[in-house]
Amino acid sequence: MPSIVISFLQRAFVQGVPLLYGSTGEIITEKSGHLNLGIPGIMYVGAISSVIGSFIYESSVPAGADLNPILAIFIPVLCSLLGSLIMGLIYSFLTVTLRANQNVTGLALTTFGIGVGNFFGGSLIKITGSDVPSIALSKTSTIFRTSLPFADKLGWFGELFLSFGFLAYMSIIVALLAAHILKSTRVGLHLRAVGENPATADAAGINVFKYKYFATCIGSMIAGLGGLYYIMDYANGVWSNDGFGDRGWLAIALVIFSLWRPNWSILGSFIFGGLYVVYLFIKNTTLPQQELFKMAPYVVTIVILVLVSMKNKRENQPPAHLGIPYFREER
Amino acid sequence: MENKKHTKHEPLFHIVKRGQKKLVRSWVVRFTAILLAVVLSGLIAFMVARISPVKFFLTLVTGSFGSSRKIWKFLQSAAILLGISVAITPAFRMRFWNTGAEGQALVGGLAAAAVMQFCTNVPTVPLILLIVISGIAAGALWGLLPAVCKAKWNTNETLFTLMMNYIAIQITSFFVYTWDKSGHGNLGIINRKTKIGWLPSFFGNEYAIPIIFVLIITYGIFIYLSFRKHGYEISVVGESVNTARYVGINVTKVIIRTMVLSGALCGLMGALVVSGVDHTISRDTIGGQGFTAIMVSWMSGFNPFYMIFSSLLIIFLERGGAEVSTVLGLNASFSQIISGLIIFFIIGSEFFVNYKVVFNHRKRHAKVLKDAGKEES
Repeated sequence: MPSIVISFLQRAFVQGVPLLYGSTGEIITEKSGHLNLGIPGIMYVGAISSVIGSFIYESSVPAGADLNPILAIFIPVLCSLLGSLIMGLIYSFLTVTLRANQNVTGLALTTFGIGVGNFFGGSLIKITGSDVPSIALSKTSTIFRTSLPFADKLGWFGELFLSFGFLAYMSIIVALLAAHILKSTRVGLHLRAVGENPATADAAGINVFKYKYFATCIGSMIAGLGGLYYIMDYANGVWSNDGFGDRGWLAIALVIFSLWRPNWSILGSFIFGGLYVVYLFIKNTTLPQQELFKMAPYVVTIVILVLVSMKNKRENQPPAHLGIPYFREER
Repeated sequence: MENKKHTKHEPLFHIVKRGQKKLVRSWVVRFTAILLAVVLSGLIAFMVARISPVKFFLTLVTGSFGSSRKIWKFLQSAAILLGISVAITPAFRMRFWNTGAEGQALVGGLAAAAVMQFCTNVPTVPLILLIVISGIAAGALWGLLPAVCKAKWNTNETLFTLMMNYIAIQITSFFVYTWDKSGHGNLGIINRKTKIGWLPSFFGNEYAIPIIFVLIITYGIFIYLSFRKHGYEISVVGESVNTARYVGINVTKVIIRTMVLSGALCGLMGALVVSGVDHTISRDTIGGQGFTAIMVSWMSGFNPFYMIFSSLLIIFLERGGAEVSTVLGLNASFSQIISGLIIFFIIGSEFFVNYKVVFNHRKRHAKVLKDAGKEES
């Protein structure tokens, strides 16, 4: 296989992984009827929490000594999950308990999350006093990026399938698991019922609030892992402010693209990742043209959104009560 | 024994929707929330930077009122935010969640910038008109696309308009890179020397015209929504599409008309920013104001007059937060954290405006049960 094809597929895949985490999390959230536009902010927080965690751990280890690989992975993962859980709790408290407008809350959460990310990121950069505006956690990152030892001996097969860190494979497992739970378990059925019609679900004895809270918080935590992957694996442990870019919004676009199915969003994330990097592989693109190429994922999403609504097949629609707060005493 | 079991299952409180919203009480609740949020951000500033809360609050105020230039800048920023908030309100009244104000305003600004760049030999008055019209047209087009799909196929408008923002941003980026010969993706001030296509100063102040413009739009939209047939139709469609159909309102027409109006006004605001304030265009020209406007409009209960107050408040906090971070040598993103916190509090306080928490007093409940028991025996 020509090396340019391998390199394109590889880059498309690693670009897709944060989007896959983000969209899996958002699908679970949206299935409970909550459109969480705070995903970009949550992914920032997921990333910066892990950076803070591993920064503290790396500084606590004396210079020259090796990091304990288990702790080096455990601490950032835990911090990231905790950070995004707090964001999820803020969102669900405001929208589920206080029934606030979801669009407004989500957008505020994004502002807040990006603010938190850049504030702590900027402060850490200041503490390290480095010349470049970034923090490098290369030791931790090396551990996160460890791939199977025999991967490079297997030629293109190894490069294409075995050369990634564990978080990349986990994103696929999480997506498949989410797809399975949503489609073929009782919990998934209840969750979908809550998103389609909470009043009916409530009447059937499902605890609507509990499902909404759990879906939002678990969704946020999964999305936060996207931020963790981006920093620790994709970016080699280098945090720079606003480095994460608009990937959070792409994750939300991917939810529509994959028609609210986590297993489809595995393929979708790959396509989006490909669209994101394709301009690097087309010869002689000028800077303005590259800007147009970056538009592609959004255009594709709109086309899908319109086509799906034209077809109007019931199983491809957004959850019926997406974005509508539930108040039991209101009909 | 049975009594005990009953009280055990009684929740501590229940929630009742308020029938009538009293204006005074609503604002008392909101003010309390804002006050709490400011105190909390003062505490955070103290924890992060060890500055006294008094200094924090004073710095917050200097951000907007420190000098006459700051006051004008404050008023101008608030005016732009107000303009965009008012612009999206017709769509919101119709429960059409237009999250695309950012993109609609940006393409408006882009169109204005294009006219400023390439129509330099047109006389001033027609040129300004051309700028305004091109901004309006671009914004209207950006609003038209999702509206047509919503009206025809019920396409989800929140997601559609959201995606349109990023298309607008990339297109702007494309043109900025194309027009900019230096290759840095930074256009610089357009017509710096000739000032062609710049909105003129009014009584010696460059920001006066945009501010007056926005106030007129605010008044106009208030009249349009509250006292015109169109405004009534918008409200009916927002309440119930089926009712609207039943009384003979052409829903498709109302949706498209309202969204085009909304997009056009956003586009106009973009043109005002480019021609009257920034005199340049970049992907960050609107800088998230399109999203903030959604909060402003919602906070004000979709009433254009309350939006004047809300946008002043939000801009006051934003500029104050920025001032705090520069004075204290904190990272500039500190102001984002503060605005985020305050908006959370305001969002949360809406609950207490709309709903009442009623505590279930066990004693009273027990008494009721006892009385009932007496009657039985």
